[in-house]
Amino acid sequence: MSKLLTMRQAIADLVPDGASVALGLQMEQMIPFAAGHEIVRQKKKSLTLIGPISDILFDQLIGAGCVDKVIAAWVGNVMMGSAYNFRRAVEQDGMKVFNMTNFTVALALQAGAMGVPFFPTRTALGSDTTKGNHFYYQIFSPFEGKESLWAVRALTPDVTIVHVQRADREGNAHCWGNFGVMIEGIRAAQRVIVVAEEIVEPEVIASDPNRTVIPGFLVNAVVECPHGAHPSPVQGYYKRDDAFFRQYHEQTKTKPDTEAWLTRWVYDLADRQAYMNQLGACRVDGLGVKQHAYAAQADFGY
Amino acid sequence: MTTSTTNPTPASQAYAMGELMVVTAAREIRDREVVFVGMRLPLIAFVVAKKTHAPNAVGLFENGVIRSTPAPELIYTMADPPNILGATQCLDMLGVMSLLQSGRVHLGFLGAAEVDRFGNLNSTEVTGAKGVIRLPGSGGACDIASLAQRFVALLEHSKQRLPERVSFLTSPGNGDGHAWRQRVGLPRGGPAAVITTKAVLRFSQDGEAYLASVHPGIETEDVLDNTGWPLRYGRQVAPTPEPSAAELQAIREYDKEGFWTS
Repeated sequence: MSKLLTMRQAIADLVPDGASVALGLQMEQMIPFAAGHEIVRQKKKSLTLIGPISDILFDQLIGAGCVDKVIAAWVGNVMMGSAYNFRRAVEQDGMKVFNMTNFTVALALQAGAMGVPFFPTRTALGSDTTKGNHFYYQIFSPFEGKESLWAVRALTPDVTIVHVQRADREGNAHCWGNFGVMIEGIRAAQRVIVVAEEIVEPEVIASDPNRTVIPGFLVNAVVECPHGAHPSPVQGYYKRDDAFFRQYHEQTKTKPDTEAWLTRWVYDLADRQAYMNQLGACRVDGLGVKQHAYAAQADFGY
Repeated sequence: MTTSTTNPTPASQAYAMGELMVVTAAREIRDREVVFVGMRLPLIAFVVAKKTHAPNAVGLFENGVIRSTPAPELIYTMADPPNILGATQCLDMLGVMSLLQSGRVHLGFLGAAEVDRFGNLNSTEVTGAKGVIRLPGSGGACDIASLAQRFVALLEHSKQRLPERVSFLTSPGNGDGHAWRQRVGLPRGGPAAVITTKAVLRFSQDGEAYLASVHPGIETEDVLDNTGWPLRYGRQVAPTPEPSAAELQAIREYDKEGFWTS
């Protein structure tokens, strides 16, 4: 059964106001910016954002007024430092942030993925990040040693959105590069949107099952969206647009500046194709792969 | 109030402060060690160590990448395509964090907004003249500080950045002193060094920082005056060793425009 939808349909159907949304789970790679921009265009409200780190996508969603709460370890602009909308929301508007660490975001999603209420860990003992934070509860090992541990509460996002290189129409998806917490994030989610650079025939995916990091039966919608992760990189498709991150940093220092940025790059554009046109063929070409580096073939024969 | 404690200024300021910090960080990496690399200056420290004294060091990145060779070109984030190409392994965060939690990571590098007298780090929020300033947060820093066998922090040297006590303890150092880590249940580790723009601090058995070396051209008084507590120091404070030609070459071949080091 084909689950192919347009980005507009997928976001309208699967991301209601008030939803908890996990995205940016592959860290600085393959961030689903196109999906995030569609959320902004549809003016979704009262979302809870979940992710380990966010390289400016969370800042954009916050700046657009879509967000009530953030459950994350780090929110900023990785190469430049702070993100201004996140700062303004916390400092001036009192936006609620649950301060996690990268490891505890991974453990919370893993607990959700495994259907258990928590996962134990030794990280963050003595850290103020755990204070007044309902994701942490002190427990003692029931086994020999009786060590003090944190129980990290399970996270089960209403919807997880990921960007991958290729998928078939049912959502079976190949991804390569770093996974971050994507696999746990998909298994923990109530609903999953897979955004792919390319839609391919099922035989292509089935030819290399070790690279199939998402089984289609967990997926609710598949969206074909070339360059949907720009300005973050997609291994084998395009590199990181470093200048775009620098420009965002310069262009969003104030609230009016952010509004102008969102108007130019999101509200005034119908979809990702319009965004790519605005970016310009020259810039897009410059980000493309200059030297291919194919993996050796794996023989699944018997 | 400057005295004879000034270290000789290098004959030609033949290197930038960022380069000295990178080299000092690189020298913390021993050959064959497993290192949680992090971004910014430590990223280049790993490259320098690999190309000079620690060719068999292994680098871990929290996105799931493990590398036995430095990325072939300069990267701005750990997930940049050159850091994936030719990696030793490329999987998930839980995998590398599990190696960290089970004690198999020797050294981790961290940045922070504040580092205090006992090597605790703050990267969550600070109070400025106009109220609270929200910072990006822990990322993996708290995990590395909690679980690596030892960690090294890098930051600018000023009274604001080096307070007596961090206003928010994001990543645990030695807490309030001796045996604190044991008391709260941390399995190992703690700060080995703090590399600043003026000096290198190390830690005594009781968990408190002391002045281990002062960078060339910096006066000891300058370090003491710009530290937020009465910093312990010995009668003779050694100068921080300068970068070698090979180390500088490794930095400049990698960070050609000095994005991270200038």
